[in-house]
Amino acid sequence: MCDTCGCSSEGGAVLRRPGSEGWHVHLHDGNHGHHHHEHDGHGHHNHHDAHDHHGHQHDTREGQRVVMEQDVLLQNNLLAERNRGWFEGRGVLALNLLSSPGSGKTTLLEKTIPWLGDDCPAAVIEGDQQTMRDAERIDALGVPVIQVNTGTGCHLDAAMVGRAAKEMELPRGAVLFIENVGNLVCPALFDLGEAMKIVIISVTEGDDKPLKYPTMFQEADICILNKTDLLPYVAFDVERCKENAMKVNHRLGWFEVSAATGEGMEAWIAWLHQQIEAQKA
Amino acid sequence: MHELSIARSIIGAVHEEASRQGATSVLELELVVGPLSGVEIPSLEFGLQVLSRGSVLEHAALHITSPKAEGRCLDCATCFGLEFHYAECPSCGSFRTEVLSGRELKISSIVIE
Repeated sequence: MCDTCGCSSEGGAVLRRPGSEGWHVHLHDGNHGHHHHEHDGHGHHNHHDAHDHHGHQHDTREGQRVVMEQDVLLQNNLLAERNRGWFEGRGVLALNLLSSPGSGKTTLLEKTIPWLGDDCPAAVIEGDQQTMRDAERIDALGVPVIQVNTGTGCHLDAAMVGRAAKEMELPRGAVLFIENVGNLVCPALFDLGEAMKIVIISVTEGDDKPLKYPTMFQEADICILNKTDLLPYVAFDVERCKENAMKVNHRLGWFEVSAATGEGMEAWIAWLHQQIEAQKA
Repeated sequence: MHELSIARSIIGAVHEEASRQGATSVLELELVVGPLSGVEIPSLEFGLQVLSRGSVLEHAALHITSPKAEGRCLDCATCFGLEFHYAECPSCGSFRTEVLSGRELKISSIVIE
């Protein structure tokens, strides 16, 4: 049961905002939010009627076979496409940041956002099982942020992101960073409606990471290798890691940075600016 | 893990179709789960077993087919079988492979009463 509002919150994600005590939105299994202490919800995703398919049938001895030929992730993918259209319509560049827990996603955002400048407004959706800690760190930068607590969930999905985005002030031409739950496996399967997937690994994780988690690396568009300042202290071969990543996905863009010291950040920021401009056009 | 999420999506989709057909019970469920889909078949089977209790799928027999994964070399256009997301082309040794099949994750059909 939810401590704040007393409703049954089994299994669903919860959206929260730093500095807004008591405000939260429960997303239940049907992904229809119910909502407390603020304005009306902006409508529910009506995905049940989103497509029409006519199963064709023929009798078998025990029953009727109904051919479906339906993608299992259809519901999520339909919502993701709606999100994608919504972002594109507003010239918003949505980026899905993926990694193991602890590779430095939040620190990278803390160091990136101040570099963007006033003409590149930013917003963040934070995904974690519990706590608002990451959202609070982003809130300190003065940009809009929503925390999605997935509870037992191991990934963000399109419904969560769609709902969170609609609860924020997202100016035209903004960059929306979606920091996914720390997990190199499951989030790869769930389209959020982003323009690009960015996978982040750190030098403390082993240079064979891309080979061990090929689904994620194949789905990603960009790979950022973080914590390069620690290279003198770990047995990590940067060239071998890059080679491994290219074996799994030869189209991967590649950046090497230290969010902590600022090394390599200029190239990453310059690329970001380019993408933001392209999205606005 | 995410196989529970996937199982939930499957049960939801089948429930919808069964309702549309006016059926109260599903006798068979046919799925296609490709080797590169990112879904572990035993975990999915377990998830479906657990989550289908009390649903239209409770007594359904589950059939899962896993088609062979195939890739094509982007350098020499040779097509070859894939075991994994990445592979060396058996013809020219390049790692620039395009995955042609093996990522399927779909509900083929159901048999309703």
